[in-house]
Formats: sequence, C-alpha cells, structure tokens
Amino acid sequence: MDVIVLGIESSCDETGVAIYETGVGLLGHTLYSQAEMHAQYGGVVPELASRDHIRRVIPLIDQLLDRVGLSSQQIDGVAYTAGPGLMGALMVGACVGRSLAYGWGVPAVGVHHMEGHLLAPLLEGEIPEFPFIALLVSGGHTQLIRVDGVGRYQLLGESVDDAAGEAFDKTAKLLGLGYPGGPALSELAKQGNPDRFHFPRPMVDRPGLDFSFSGLKTYARNTLQQNSDDPTIGADVARAFEDAVADTLAIKCRRALRESDLRRLVVAGGVSANQRIRARLQEIAEGERGEAFFPRVEFCTDNGAMIAFAGALRLDAGESSGLAIEVSPRWPLSELPAVH
Amino acid sequence: MSSKILAIDTVTEGCSAALLIGDEVVERFEITPRGHTQRILPMVDELLSEADLTLAELDAIAFDRGPGSFTGLRITAGVVQGLAYGAGLPVIPVSSLAALAFALYRENQNRNILAAIDARMGEVYCGYYRINDRGLPALVGEESVLLPNKIIKQQGPWAGAGSGFESYREELKECLRENLIHIDGNALPHAKDIARLALHEFEQGRVLSSEEAQPVYLRNQVVHQKS
Repeated sequence: MDVIVLGIESSCDETGVAIYETGVGLLGHTLYSQAEMHAQYGGVVPELASRDHIRRVIPLIDQLLDRVGLSSQQIDGVAYTAGPGLMGALMVGACVGRSLAYGWGVPAVGVHHMEGHLLAPLLEGEIPEFPFIALLVSGGHTQLIRVDGVGRYQLLGESVDDAAGEAFDKTAKLLGLGYPGGPALSELAKQGNPDRFHFPRPMVDRPGLDFSFSGLKTYARNTLQQNSDDPTIGADVARAFEDAVADTLAIKCRRALRESDLRRLVVAGGVSANQRIRARLQEIAEGERGEAFFPRVEFCTDNGAMIAFAGALRLDAGESSGLAIEVSPRWPLSELPAVH
Repeated sequence: MSSKILAIDTVTEGCSAALLIGDEVVERFEITPRGHTQRILPMVDELLSEADLTLAELDAIAFDRGPGSFTGLRITAGVVQGLAYGAGLPVIPVSSLAALAFALYRENQNRNILAAIDARMGEVYCGYYRINDRGLPALVGEESVLLPNKIIKQQGPWAGAGSGFESYREELKECLRENLIHIDGNALPHAKDIARLALHEFEQGRVLSSEEAQPVYLRNQVVHQKS
C-alpha cells in the first residue's frame, strides 16, 4: 500500500518540508533559507539558526498541506533529519517532527541527512538501478560511496581535509565574494580565461580514492598575491580553481567506476548543482560507457524532499523511531541498517 | 465539564509533564540534564494512557515558555508545537519564573517572591512576583537577564526561589540584604505548576495557536557581529 510521508529538514540553515507518496512521487515541497541572515556574520551562527527553525517549521508545514490539498488525516508518517548536522538545529526538526507524528497517531522515523542527499537522484526522473557509485559533494562532505541498495553503503574514499564545497567557500572569501561564496565563484569563473593558470589536481597521482582540497585554497591565495596588480585576476583564478576541483572529482570518479567495475555514477550534495562539475562528471561517465545521474538543482542543496523520500523508503520497510527523540550531530553513513 | 490541560517543561535540569483534569494534577518529574528529549514524550504518553485519554480529547497544551536554557526552551516549544498542531489544540505559555514563584507560594505561603534562574555567563534571569488575591503570581516590573548585583531593588521583603539563588547566593544576599527573608535555591520549574497557572489563562480564554508556542529567551544578544 502506498504511504504519504511528511519530511522535515532542519540540520543547518534551511528549513525544508515536503510530502512524498510512495508509488506516486513528490506531492510538494517548500523551503526557507536563512542564508541571508547568516551572511552578515560570515558563516552559520548555530544559535540563530535554531531560533529561526523553531519559528518557521509549523507555518511551512501548514502552508504545504494547504497547497497540496491534503488534510492531516491523510499523512501516514513523519520523517525528520536526525543527523548529522548542528545539534540545536536538528533538535528543532526532530522535536517537532516526532511530536507531530505522535499527535497525528502515525509512525515517525529519523533520517540520515547524507542518505537523503545520496538518494535524492532516485526521487524522480530517470532512476538509476543499484549498484552504483555515488559522489556526495557538499560544504561538509566529499565522499565516494559504493551503493548496493538502501542502507548498503561502502565508503570508498573521502576528503582528508576540506570538503569541496568548503574549499569553494574559502576561495570565494579570498576573492572577496562574501559568504557563502561558492555559487558566486562559479559565476565569476565564467568570465575567466581557462588557459591562464593551471592549478594542481591534488592526490590524483596517488592510488586510492581520497581527496584533499585545502591546498587549492592556498594555491589560489598565492596566485592572487603574485598578481595583485591585475584587476581581472579574480575571474582567472576562479576559473582555474573550479577546473581543478571539477577535474579532481572527475578523475577520482572514473577511478572508482573502473575499480568497482560499475557504469552508473550518482552525484548529489550542494556542489553537484555546479554546472561545470556536472558537465565534467557527465563526460567521465559517458567515457566509461556509463551514465551519470543528478538530482534537479534545487534538490542538490538541503531540502525537505530528500528527507520525505528517504523516510518513506524506511517507513515503508517497517522502520520507525520510538518515543525517545534522538539526534546525532555526528553519524557515519555506515551505521545505517540496510533495507531489504 | 472539567478542563483537561497537558503541561510540559524542559527548560532547566528538570524535565516534567503534567496532566490537569479539573482540580487534579498528576505529574512526572525527573532531573535529567541531558535526557529531556528521551523522556518527555514517554512521560506524556504514560500520563495520557493512565488517564485513558487521547491528546485530541484535551482542551489545551500548556508549556514553560522560559526563560531558561536555549536548547531546553526549544525542546519544549518544538514538542508542544508538534503535539498541538497534530492534535488541533491551542497552547498556553507560562513563565518559568512565574512557575517558581507560584510553587514557593504553595509550599511556603510566601506572597512576595523574587524568582531567579542561573543564566550562565555570570547572569541571572529574574522577575519579582506578588501573589494576588486569587492566589496567582503577578509580575512586578519586567522579567530580565542581568548580573546578580544589578538587580533593581523593590520594596520587600522578598522570598527567593530558583537556581540563581544557588549559583549566586552571596551576590544576591549582598544586593538585597534585609529585603531577602527566605531562600529556596534548589527550586526548579515544574509542569504541575505550569498546568495550574495555565488553567487560569484558559478560563479567561487566553490561548494561542500551535505555531505561537515560542520561547522567551530574554537574552537576545547571542552573537557579536564581525567587523
């Protein structure tokens, strides 16, 4: 039987809610981003994030139910992000979500945020079959994972220092693009000359599937300093930086596909919204006579839809959380149970 | 018909839920500084099943709106929002400081109470309350967060209640001197007092909708803007 699940995401600085119906698909979603509020502080202020979540979450749920034309009696379960993320921010979504489920008399499930991202490409459109290689690439993570099914994740490699998205934001800061500057850096890179600078591709000459991105930021800083009299240097540095990240990700993805003898590459997380990176990974997958799968751009960054979806899969498999409300700010993907 | 109100409080080290039916209040209370999220819904569930009631059969949900620990405030507010929205119930906010004042009045018959909760960073959340002729605490002046030695003097004498008197006993004694006649520094807000105070609000028709179950932090300067 199909189930309708409400999903709530509040792990960082976006409050997202969505409703997903198994066998049908996404019925609706909505999101409030706090990015503008945090921008003036140069990063997410956890206490302010929590204070904002607790003001937004019920009105967003109420608006969404109204918009999709569902009454609360039609909801069969509630999913909320239980980690990883900011403790206080997670706590808001978990307390509201778990209690709402109790109030409605339906089961609830705490969802792993990164599983949400990882499964987002399966939410709609052309859906990849298991097994596949997943690249999770965001402000907090850069991981290559072999996925054999829901909850069957094998970590193949990850960043040993900065996440790719973090490197974008830090380099953007060097370029005076504010916070979070990743998307602005990509915009600037469009005007850059791709042949002027060649940044290193870190760790590609070593075996294995780990990444390192902190050196690129230093390389960018040095390049800027050496050319400080050039007013157009920013765009060229942005372009060289973006190409280096895209190329490094692509080289490791190709290696992961070859070593695992798989053809399907699934890419998710905030950085997967980047068009140059998408194009590069698409190229790599096709070069391996395979296919690359991406979520639609708005589901690359944090959103409620991926939580409703992952929660629906787990509720449908009979999982549910007890009355104790649990959140895990640190929570390895490998600890998740498999869904059979 | 007698009113039925559920009350929730997780804003200090105490974690409690209470169910008021008419004049009777049953409470679950534990001191569990890190276990609020684990315990609060099981407490609610136990109270309801013992009374053979469902959430939807209640009239309202009362909650401690603070001041108190920021995380604790949001656990209460989040749980109350979820329960109230889910069951279609109104909510009733009650001050943690008023709850402390009310408890001391019921236990020790003091009618003038200075309630103070340790606010960390060397400060206390505090408010003066006088018990009115209906036996309810009425705020004198405003609730505030300040250094214990900056408390504004009010004509007393006053009895002191709350963790502020445990953490800053000497400072508060020094500041209030002969104005302070009795101290209960171990007092914590209890859901049973929240429930009783909420009943009065409910009878006056003073209720809010679920999304209005919001914390009162008092301390709003939580970040120093970078230049």
